Amino acid sequence: MDGTGHGALHALTAREAGLIGCRTCTRACAPEDALCPRCGAPLASRDVTSLQRVWAWWLAGVLFFVPANVWPMLITSTVGRAQEATIIGGVIELWHYGAYVVAIIVFVASILIPVGKFIAIAYLALAVQFPRGHRPGPLLHLFEFVEFIGRWSMIDVFVVAILAALVQFSLLASINPGLAAICFAASVIFTMLSALSFDSRRLWDRIDAAAP
Amino acid sequence: MTSAAPRDDLVCCPVCDALHTLDATPEGRRARCIRCNTVLSSGGPEAMMRVVLLASASLILMTIVIFFPFLQLRQGVFTAKASVFDTVMSFSQGVMAPLSLAVGLFIIVLPVGRLTLLIWALGPLSFGTSPWPGARFALRWAERIRPWAMAEIFMIGVAVALVKLADLATLTMGPAFWSFAAIVAITAFQDTQLSRHSIWTALDTARSTR
Ligand SMILES: [Zn+2]
Ligand SMILES: [Zn+2]
Repeated sequence: MDGTGHGALHALTAREAGLIGCRTCTRACAPEDALCPRCGAPLASRDVTSLQRVWAWWLAGVLFFVPANVWPMLITSTVGRAQEATIIGGVIELWHYGAYVVAIIVFVASILIPVGKFIAIAYLALAVQFPRGHRPGPLLHLFEFVEFIGRWSMIDVFVVAILAALVQFSLLASINPGLAAICFAASVIFTMLSALSFDSRRLWDRIDAAAP
Repeated sequence: MTSAAPRDDLVCCPVCDALHTLDATPEGRRARCIRCNTVLSSGGPEAMMRVVLLASASLILMTIVIFFPFLQLRQGVFTAKASVFDTVMSFSQGVMAPLSLAVGLFIIVLPVGRLTLLIWALGPLSFGTSPWPGARFALRWAERIRPWAMAEIFMIGVAVALVKLADLATLTMGPAFWSFAAIVAITAFQDTQLSRHSIWTALDTARSTR
């Protein structure tokens, strides 16, 4: 046991049994099958091109994250005066306003989760590529976490959409989305695609290789 | 390494590739992967009916969500109403159009699509009749769409927007708001009911006994 809470006993994998496991419907398929006979999904014992796709989407996600934080997210016009707010600006404004919980939610969803996700995906991809010196246990929890949490970054994009829709017709102020909104949405989408491209079975192969 | 014969009672964990034989899983009990703890099997035939009913309820509520006002804003004598449709269209001009499309997909099209595909694939099964054509395709895509249906994230966005506007104006929630909240709760419950393996085995059995 390696203290991860999972049974670290060696289990026979489909690959070791000379079969291909379908990731869509869990069927054990024959090695010559290209499509799963049960559900019709394409089969691969291990997805060998997965890391290339992970890195390509990852890079796109990082590239769009930079302008998303530099350019304005919200443009508020109050009787002839336009005010621009970046993502961080919005968080600071909420904080001054006394809405601490909401400020923290937006900060976590818009800054902490994306940055943490970039680091985590890069670390996992490197761990598969260079299998030395990594403790396998924590890696698995990291992957589960990354897969679960990524979508939640979209909160701020929805907030901007709701504000823009509601405040458009009011005479006192009008709120318009800034260019950062589109960059941020693109960044979240690309990072999700990066995480979805990851073949978690390759991480588990590493764990077996690292186990005594 | 010898190649075993592919057998229908073998279950491969989609996360770690460990092989299991899951013949004797008691109905309604969960079976987990011995290696990575992923739920491999849960829910029997009665869960199938439950999933179809929950999905149908969500789909009906979705029509309320799209066509009724979601939030209403009052500021002195001015009032503004926004439906979910207005929210989607708020980006529709100029360079923001792709974003409008993305928001529309995430909060309306993909949730509705996923529910429709699930009902299409599982509806006939839950009534004991043979599956409709394309059931396999529908089920595969229902699973692929899942991470991109973001109704619950939109609800958190609404909460944040309410706080931001609390100072500026008075806000009231319309019928669509409560319908949407109900959909989020129903979907969260529905997704815990059946595992992929259980659904596909049921579909497999129905196809072969047709
Ligand atoms: Zn399959
Ligand atoms: Zn597993």
